[in-house]
Amino acid sequence: MASGIVSYGVYIPRFRIRLNEISRVWDNGEDISESLRVFEKSVPDVDEDSVTIAVEAARNALMRANLDPKRIGAIYAGSESHPYAVKPTGTIVGEAVCASSAFTAADFEFACKAGTAAIQACLGLVSSGLIDLGIAIGSDVSQGAPGDMLEYTAAAGGAAYVIGREDLAAEIEGFYSFTTDTPDFWRREGMPYPEHGGRFTGEPAYFKHVSSAARGLLKKLGTEPGDYDYAVFHQPNGKFPVRVAAKLGFSREQIEPGLVVPMIGNTYSGSCLIGLAATLDIARPGDRIFVTSFGSGAGSDAFSLRVKEGIDEIRCGAPTVRDYIGKAQYLDYAMYAKHKGKLRI
Amino acid sequence: MTTHAPRFWRCIPQRYSLIGTHCTSCNESFFPPRNICPNCRRGAQLEECKFKGTGTVITYTTIHNATEDFDRLTPYHLAIIELDEGPRITGQIVSAPDGVKIGMRVRPVFRILGKEGERGIIYYGTKFAPIEETCCD
Repeated sequence: MASGIVSYGVYIPRFRIRLNEISRVWDNGEDISESLRVFEKSVPDVDEDSVTIAVEAARNALMRANLDPKRIGAIYAGSESHPYAVKPTGTIVGEAVCASSAFTAADFEFACKAGTAAIQACLGLVSSGLIDLGIAIGSDVSQGAPGDMLEYTAAAGGAAYVIGREDLAAEIEGFYSFTTDTPDFWRREGMPYPEHGGRFTGEPAYFKHVSSAARGLLKKLGTEPGDYDYAVFHQPNGKFPVRVAAKLGFSREQIEPGLVVPMIGNTYSGSCLIGLAATLDIARPGDRIFVTSFGSGAGSDAFSLRVKEGIDEIRCGAPTVRDYIGKAQYLDYAMYAKHKGKLRI
Repeated sequence: MTTHAPRFWRCIPQRYSLIGTHCTSCNESFFPPRNICPNCRRGAQLEECKFKGTGTVITYTTIHNATEDFDRLTPYHLAIIELDEGPRITGQIVSAPDGVKIGMRVRPVFRILGKEGERGIIYYGTKFAPIEETCCD
């Protein structure tokens, strides 16, 4: 029996800061917004973190398809900003969505691809018949040190996917992962902000891993970019996904619906999962979607999806990505610093 | 360090999911949950119920000078909200760029309620936000 996405939900905080407001403070003489192709990014409220975002996304996912939370057999929460070093995010999500206590939970961490790794884990349990439904979440309130390049794109948001075998909104036809030991971006235990290898994060990290996973899946399934209606790639900025899509043979039209980074920034574990949700928001039954995540460290997971009739049943059950993007409230840098806890009182 | 974890833990169903009680004898709902119905006394038939969380702002105030734990939130709005099922509860209103108004319709949102400093537990729970239209409305 086929397995795949039964429902999905997203959450993006309503606050935004424009990149030109950040560069006003840390002026380094270049048009950052234009060079990154990102114009504004989402900012969490003072009382939001990756747990609250995960809960809102999971509640939206269950509400969208009117699913009984007692059916959930697994909750895997992916993030690189779990608020507790020891105390799983998944336990809080389970309680907040009124799941039964008969579910397994674990927190995943693989930089920006922890959410797709969680989908793979759920897929294994669901496909083998060990559980009925599993929830895979990618959520982050990502960090960038003041003045660092990361600060221009490090945003907040998340998505949750309910994985199952019945009433599918999209079948997962297959996946392919590519993983190596590549130190392009890291955060040591106890450190508040991550470090990165500058330009090293491009060719040997993002492009190599995304291209290898994508090509591996195309070869495994015997498909070509032209067989897909839409494609979504991890979006650390507005340039990388466009460039890797072109390199692989996908068109601008295929990636356009899922390209959300110019409006909300890089939501890390939520990044390509929010892009996929934006694509599902408009996809029709029969459409095929190609998705490839990337996590520094480094690895990529590529998925092939075929949209099913169930998508029309659940389309209006929860807010869309565009609903959240449309609710923007802008902050100046001082308020942004307060929201992000950059001011130590 | 002193922790209030046990007290917080006992309230998790109420704080996360607005779980209260409902008396099937007189059809009145209670939040926080009650062990007895003040109307029916011994004749009460109490059952657990989950409130939808949608409701109406009855009155509110805006806090500008808060205690240390809530310093970072100021200014913030605290309201009495009448849930659609009847009970009135006190809650914080967030995501209200145009301010709070009496009669405003609100929905529940999951937020951080407080923290036991840098090392202690984080209290999560329900706050309220204005109901907004979505693409499908």
